[in-house]
Amino acid sequence: MAEQALRKAPLGGFNGGSAAAHVSAAAPATRLSLRAAPDAVAALSKALGLDLPTRPKTSASAKGQHALWLGPDEWLLIDEQGADLAAVAAKSGVLHSAVDVSHRNTAILVAGPKAAQAIASASPHDLSASAFPVGACARTVLGKIEVVIYRAGEQEYRVECWRSFSPYAFGVLAEGAEDAAH
Amino acid sequence: MLLIHCPYCEEERPELEFRGAGDAHILRPTNIADISDEEFEAFFFLRDNVKGLVYERWRHIHGCGRFFNAARDTVSDKFVTTYKAGLPRPDLSPAPKATETTVETYEATEGVAG
Repeated sequence: MAEQALRKAPLGGFNGGSAAAHVSAAAPATRLSLRAAPDAVAALSKALGLDLPTRPKTSASAKGQHALWLGPDEWLLIDEQGADLAAVAAKSGVLHSAVDVSHRNTAILVAGPKAAQAIASASPHDLSASAFPVGACARTVLGKIEVVIYRAGEQEYRVECWRSFSPYAFGVLAEGAEDAAH
Repeated sequence: MLLIHCPYCEEERPELEFRGAGDAHILRPTNIADISDEEFEAFFFLRDNVKGLVYERWRHIHGCGRFFNAARDTVSDKFVTTYKAGLPRPDLSPAPKATETTVETYEATEGVAG
């Protein structure tokens, strides 16, 4: 048998939660940590085909591609189709910093009527509808780790965490989801 | 949990997202190679550690990542105000309290009418 390295998904086979909040591993995606000065935002937005958000806690989405505002000059780009985001950003021709973090991060999807409660079991961030509407995103803490939370739908959240922390994050969210069901 | 207003996120966020970063408004001397050891010690090591209102640097490390300045009371741990890095120290001196001898007249507040 030929020797070959097999790619193993960080949360392969993980499945948990409850009927009130289902917790599952997100499909692989490419991710880019993008940093740029305000004068480069227009050119980068044009190259990416996505208006980079400039207001706190906001995001932009189109065709499986998401741009999440993390800081005044920092964005997390996610492409669920697996496009080479660094190459796309390079076409903008303006000064920016782009680091491919596709394999540093992994994501956990929390969905269901009590999804917010499941996340709130370990995160101090305000996830109420008024403070965190659909499309909102924020970098915050979940238990002992740092995560990026993105509200994809009324009852759907995407929790981006570092790959090596993902079993911990999954465990915390699954526990929270079970508690939220009661 | 303490909520701290981040001037870059423009909202109050839980204290777990923040980290303190020492005193604010400490200027690095422009002639750092020329100053004496004593002057360097004063700039680099010596801090007042006052009881009451202090101006500090804080970092929203698990949020937007930005450093900003905060005026905090070290007795009550109350954040009086926060403001963006680079802005001057805000004037927080309380307005003088009214006393029995305070007499508000038109001339006193508005000047002599022309």
